[in-house]
Amino acid sequence: MSGAVPAAAPSLSESTDQRGRRLVQVEGCWKLQRLAPELQHIDERLGRIARGGEARWDLQGIEAIDHAGAALLRRAWLQAGSPEVLTRPEHEPLFRRIEAARASPLPSARKRLPPWLVPGVWVLHVLGHLHGFVVLVGLVAMDIARALARPWKAPWREISANLYRTGAQALAITALVGFLIGVVLSFLSSNQLKLFGADLFIVNILGVSIIRELGPVLAAILVAGRSGSSMTAQLGVMRVTQELDAMSVMGIPQMYRLVMPKVVALAIGLPLLILWTDAVALLGGMVAAQAELGLSMLFFIDTLPAVVPIANLYLGIGKGVVFGVLIALLACHYGLRIRPNTESLGAGTTSSVVTAITMVILVDAVFAVLFRDVGLGF
Amino acid sequence: MAADTNPGGTDPVVEITGLWTCFGQTIVHAGIDLDVRRGEVMGLVGGSGSGKTTLLRQMLALERPHRGSVKVFGVDLHGCARAELEAVRSRWGVLFQNGALFSALSVYDNIALPLRELRALDEALIHDLVLSKLQMVGIEAQHARKMPSQLSGGMIKRIGLARALALDPELLFLDEPTAGLDPDRSESFVKLIQELREELHLSVVMVTHDLDTLVALADRVAVLCEHRLLAVGPIREVTMLEHAFVRNFFRGERGLRALEVLEDMQRLMPI
Ligand SMILES: Nc1ncnc2c1ncn2[C@@H]1O[C@H](COP(=O)(O)OP(=O)(O)OP(=O)(O)O)[C@@H](O)[C@H]1O
Ligand SMILES: [Mg+2]
Repeated sequence: MSGAVPAAAPSLSESTDQRGRRLVQVEGCWKLQRLAPELQHIDERLGRIARGGEARWDLQGIEAIDHAGAALLRRAWLQAGSPEVLTRPEHEPLFRRIEAARASPLPSARKRLPPWLVPGVWVLHVLGHLHGFVVLVGLVAMDIARALARPWKAPWREISANLYRTGAQALAITALVGFLIGVVLSFLSSNQLKLFGADLFIVNILGVSIIRELGPVLAAILVAGRSGSSMTAQLGVMRVTQELDAMSVMGIPQMYRLVMPKVVALAIGLPLLILWTDAVALLGGMVAAQAELGLSMLFFIDTLPAVVPIANLYLGIGKGVVFGVLIALLACHYGLRIRPNTESLGAGTTSSVVTAITMVILVDAVFAVLFRDVGLGF
Repeated sequence: MAADTNPGGTDPVVEITGLWTCFGQTIVHAGIDLDVRRGEVMGLVGGSGSGKTTLLRQMLALERPHRGSVKVFGVDLHGCARAELEAVRSRWGVLFQNGALFSALSVYDNIALPLRELRALDEALIHDLVLSKLQMVGIEAQHARKMPSQLSGGMIKRIGLARALALDPELLFLDEPTAGLDPDRSESFVKLIQELREELHLSVVMVTHDLDTLVALADRVAVLCEHRLLAVGPIREVTMLEHAFVRNFFRGERGLRALEVLEDMQRLMPI
């Protein structure tokens, strides 16, 4: 018998033999590939025959059979109550295999938690995250101290690579988003200001809102989505492919070479990105103001330092440092917790980005409250 | 001893003609012709980096050769309709060099996946089939709920094999099936493949460096060396070849030991 899918269709027929007993004759090809298209139909017929009660099953007409076919038939004749079965000798091992498999029980799936324990587990989960995060902060702080103590041995190469990837390569996207936001904000505000004849205040509005709030938050959210996710994924893939283990056994400190450079790079890179975003957003604002109010750019630039205290800029850049450290720490925190499987990788990356963006906005609110007396005095 | 389990059928299941592979400037294969007959076990050997895995990937339609054609079950893999390719794919099973289990699925679900993909079997039947496959490769049912990251290297290999066998394929591709198995497991692997050949009329293409497995299983051996097939034939003929690679591979100390066993077996039951 060749191994090709034979043409003979799987067939079942019922009859009565000489001694008046029911006889079920099974013929044709009972291979999975052949059965699959009409399996439902066959299974129904088998069920009907099995419910008909005891019978002799003659499987000698089967030309070809595999494990799936054997399991299907075996289930049917067992359902009919262990009747007589005739098989070809060469098919016997197949049936024996299926029989043996049934004997070994499968461990039950993991039990679901009772509902009253769910909040407790949730609290423990959050505490676990907090604990992990605090430990991470401590380790990174110690690594930074170590790098400062011996700056010639610090991982400058990694820091500069990270700076390039998270900072330089993000220039285009932050510029695009910043410019558009600047244009839109300026356009909408100008319309309102025109109503009151307070055209000149466009400089104050744009200056304060962009330099103090929008620039830092926009850049931070973009970086969280762009670099935070890639940092988490990088660490996660290194876990999945056992690269982290390889580093450990080589005695290369993971925190020092992987985490700390990311934190330092973002702490430097994000404030610079914020400066850039501020500048481009203000440019967008100026362009729109000129178009809408006829305000010249030179006038805008001239007035800006007079009406927006420099403290706002410092505040924005200070936020940038905090956001940068936060995003990198969260990304690494989630990255290092990824288990070696792809699903955990996906979930970890999502959590990392969502948490980072939420935290950026939360911390921004805290800043707003803490520094409410700074930079707004007119 | 393996030849008598091949009941006559000699039409090729895999047919490679004039195959060239280049990666950039480097030539990996330069004109390869190879037939794998129905029901036979073809052993593919060659030095590390000689392009065995690449050739296997081309037989699986994962890579396209630079020139030449690969036919499996008479279907030209690189020039056929999608539906035809799908049909061919449901008739073969593949064990990758590193297992390639789905890391997010448990052992049970890994093996059940191809069965569920058919959308024809009910869960009770799938359960029976999965357990029988697990048993075939010697994995106890208690490991069925584990995740791939909780398994040993040898277990990953065996579960990969169980998954390859899930759909009862007619053709099996194995990349280094016994690497990472202890001698006892290698022995039972050899036995399993022999049994499956009888039960399912399996054809096998096997890349291996394990001479014992090769001697025990392969009906014919193809030696890949210097971009070409140096020789294709029964292992005894191939070993007689005068070539540096063949000499080192088969007639090194390890090779001689494995071949000794072959000689002994042949004395006991001449083919
Ligand atoms: N995607 C690729 N791009 C470039 N070169 C490749 C690629 N895949 C394989 N090669 C090259 O092709 C050659 C053959 O590789 P292959 O993996 O087939 O070797 P192999 O015979 O399976 O070796 P081993 O026994 O070590 O597994 C190697 O030199 C490899 O560097
Ligand atoms: Mg290989």
